Amino acid sequence: MSATALADFKPFSRAQMAQRAAADIPEGWYVNLGIGIPTMISDYVPMDREVIFHSENGVLGMGPAPAKDKIEPWLINAGKQYVTMRAGGSFCHHADSFSMIRGGHLDLCVLGAFQVADNGDIANWATSENDTAPAVGGAMDLAAGAKRLWVLMEHTTKDGQSKLVTKCSYPLTAPGAVKRVYTNLATLDVTDRGFVVLSMAPGLSFDDLQARTEAKLHLPA
Amino acid sequence: MINKIVQSMADTMAGIKDGSVVLLGGFGAVGQPNALIDGLIEQGATNLTVACNNAGVGHTGLARLMELGRVSKIVCSFPRSSDPVVFETLYRAGKIELEIVPQGTLAERMRAAGAGVPAFFTATGVGTKMAVGKEHREIDGRIYILEQALKGDVGLVEAWEADRWGNLTYKQAGRNFNPVIAMASALTLVQSQHVRELGDIDPDHIVTPGIFVDRVLHVPYGDPSGF
Repeated sequence: MSATALADFKPFSRAQMAQRAAADIPEGWYVNLGIGIPTMISDYVPMDREVIFHSENGVLGMGPAPAKDKIEPWLINAGKQYVTMRAGGSFCHHADSFSMIRGGHLDLCVLGAFQVADNGDIANWATSENDTAPAVGGAMDLAAGAKRLWVLMEHTTKDGQSKLVTKCSYPLTAPGAVKRVYTNLATLDVTDRGFVVLSMAPGLSFDDLQARTEAKLHLPA
Repeated sequence: MINKIVQSMADTMAGIKDGSVVLLGGFGAVGQPNALIDGLIEQGATNLTVACNNAGVGHTGLARLMELGRVSKIVCSFPRSSDPVVFETLYRAGKIELEIVPQGTLAERMRAAGAGVPAFFTATGVGTKMAVGKEHREIDGRIYILEQALKGDVGLVEAWEADRWGNLTYKQAGRNFNPVIAMASALTLVQSQHVRELGDIDPDHIVTPGIFVDRVLHVPYGDPSGF
């Protein structure tokens, strides 16, 4: 590991990770946010920048969580949390909702992941071949179908293993799908050269980042 | 006079055979036909294959049906839930077969069955465990796998409004799998929160035309948050 002590730099918080991804979403995009940290992204897109959020259970134009006394019991997102509907929102059935995904109509999907490889492979649904009851949900549809896939995740596992790898050891969700990764240490694009570092947490050097990353990192050309 | 409205749960469930493939609507508790699942528990059919997005919560509804040993196979995308104890126990004991299907593929397999499409190519699952043993084909430079239509012997659907011809509307995200299940099932059974007079549902608002529906039971049970 790097000689840099942890105190020398400040990793991005989860809220900051979500905020950074939100800043990169332009008005007019149709966006699906995965369960977990990616869901937080919508909190950082201002209402006057019209980004249309899709939830795979047939909700297009989803708004923030309701006040407790304004809950609509039939209005939930893919994480089965109560949400609201923005003016202009619409409902559809599951096959139509997944047509939006699989038919290439979504501009962006942001998922969490266990591992991302430098060729864009993503593993985010099972941690071993013998997982107790595997559960894939809509992850494979989203990864294969959206126009672009970003990943929002911690840079390393709790015990310090790099989640940016040369080859995923966990079962794949989709090959070659990820275009960009936001971690608590950096923002990286997945390119033909592999991972290209766009920005890093304040105080972190490129060498420090490489020391915490199994895959080879590149600076922008 | 056509009248698909039935008056009792026993009439709704009549004729469901052992070994049936049952397509079950709902995404979590929302849009899930809980009364019909209880009716199926009462009715007694066994050795069922159940296709549903989730695999039951706690010890009620689908979880209860499984706990009673009536389900031999689950076809679903996401068997985990807030309390998946019944499914997990049966799965670990090897007492239930699991076919895991990406959620969009599950919905599309039902729609295909309803539309008379026996199989279709999709990019979802290519390069993953889901593609093992499936036919691959390159079309316009991209690789796809062949997925089979999923036909139901019985479909259990929750609707918001119904009329005696079986026309249906849904409430918000309660729509989810219900319309494709109605299409894909040989015998489509509906529990509806409201029953309207014929002609009172605006034809522009009908989501599932009655041609896809066989029986409707009026179940004004309230909102899904109690499940």
